[in-house]
Amino acid sequence: MRSYKEKSFQAITYITALTTIVLLMGIIYSLFREGIPLFGKVDVRSFLFTNSWYPTHAEPEFGAWALISGSLIVTVGALVIGIPLGLGSAIFISEIASGRMKEIAKPVIELLAGIPSVVYGLFGMAFLAPLIRQWFHLDTGLNVFSASVILGVMIVPIIASMSEDALSNVPKSIREASLALGSTKIECIFKAVIPAARSGIIGSILLGFGRAIGETMVVLMVSGGSAQIPRNIFASARPLTSTIAAEMGETVMGDLHYQSLFALAILLFAITFITNLITELVFLKRSFR
Amino acid sequence: MVNSRINTENLNLWFGKNHVLHDVNLSIYDKKVTAMIGPSGCGKSTLLRCFNRMNDLIPETRIEGRIMLGEKDIYAPKTDITKIRAKVGMVFQKPNPFPKSIFNNVAFGLAIQGKYSKCDIHSRVEESLKAAWLWDEVKDRLHSSAMALSGGQQQRLCIARALANSPEVLLLDEPTSALDPQSTAKIEELCLELKKSVSILIVTHNIAQAGRISDYTAFMYLGQLVEFGKTEAVFTVPGDKRTEAYLTGVFG
Repeated sequence: MRSYKEKSFQAITYITALTTIVLLMGIIYSLFREGIPLFGKVDVRSFLFTNSWYPTHAEPEFGAWALISGSLIVTVGALVIGIPLGLGSAIFISEIASGRMKEIAKPVIELLAGIPSVVYGLFGMAFLAPLIRQWFHLDTGLNVFSASVILGVMIVPIIASMSEDALSNVPKSIREASLALGSTKIECIFKAVIPAARSGIIGSILLGFGRAIGETMVVLMVSGGSAQIPRNIFASARPLTSTIAAEMGETVMGDLHYQSLFALAILLFAITFITNLITELVFLKRSFR
Repeated sequence: MVNSRINTENLNLWFGKNHVLHDVNLSIYDKKVTAMIGPSGCGKSTLLRCFNRMNDLIPETRIEGRIMLGEKDIYAPKTDITKIRAKVGMVFQKPNPFPKSIFNNVAFGLAIQGKYSKCDIHSRVEESLKAAWLWDEVKDRLHSSAMALSGGQQQRLCIARALANSPEVLLLDEPTSALDPQSTAKIEELCLELKKSVSILIVTHNIAQAGRISDYTAFMYLGQLVEFGKTEAVFTVPGDKRTEAYLTGVFG
């Protein structure tokens, strides 16, 4: 009887794992099935690198460079804001804060990760954008800058929490070694502890990058939405994700526009897949050390 | 007459309400090896860590009395702890190299002081590695990771790293307890060589080791310095019954 239970439990877990993999493979398969046919009609190079996204014109054009650059700029902006805030918090929690403060600060920062992205978007639209518009005397506050700020704050908990784990995992003996050689506390943190936690910190940044570039709701709501290469940080942008979300409703199943959105999805998938792969490799390297 | 390098005067230490060290008066003599022995938990390592103020890291530590390094009271209010720690090097129980290259491990103390040229650092690293008897084993791979070295080599790297700061005193906290007998023998021999230029204070659980390498022996028991004197004297005619009992293995 017990061995029967054992076997059936094993079978159930096996089936659930298999189901998950099959579902994921199915998603990837359909992504490629719907998206690849576009490249029969549109050159891959011109899809990636020309700058004219007019999918609904009589003679449609599918140059996604403006969307790609929109995604990249907003994501880089998010990292510019998220990395210092996240790393700073991680260093504070792991190295500076005393017991009580530590116990409070870490869960609070991790709580930020639990806020739904649409709430971030709402906040950006209702409070941040008007503020940015006033401060910088702009026509609209819905732009790259606002989107970067909101996305940056969104990825802070990822970077802070993972980096904090990495820093806390550096053995006490490393800190002692550094201090005993006459380093100050700051030198100990920057010359001994952070280098020892490097792979974990890089992993956290890559994960933050993946989160930011894949985020849809915030950029849809806050980045402005014009399909042009942003000329400066106060220009409007239309990242890949919000393009897919905004335009999918207008398409006819199977037409070029429909296919082009799947092609954008393939691109997005490729970017996040490669990022995750690199993250895995970074961690793998660490576990072998 | 030998000069003392470090003198403690009525040193008392508390961790919170726990009175750990009681009225310790100990001298560490210049260019000699002093061994501290005693049962686990008797305060040897705590006393050792007073000499480079590593106990400062433990919250609620309170110290009374003085520790003089030469003419300076290292617990005087305006003391620059980093300078004390550069002058009083320390090697820990478990080898703790940084996950950096061999070169950067040894250069660490010099690099953070920021007053040495690249050229100086290079020659000091080489000197220190030679002084720690590691140079011949690593000279061809200075820039590979220190983590790839064997335990004994790592411990000698830690000694080299401490020596690079040109310390006056070297504190060794059970430096061989994590090592195999061969590596242990090498570090013991190294201590005898190093004492030509630096005063050494070594905490050890290994009584035979204390007998082999030390000039002076301090026996500690329950936070008190029970006996201190020349090693031959302490080992042959212990002045205190507790010392005799410990040395003969009645307790430990």
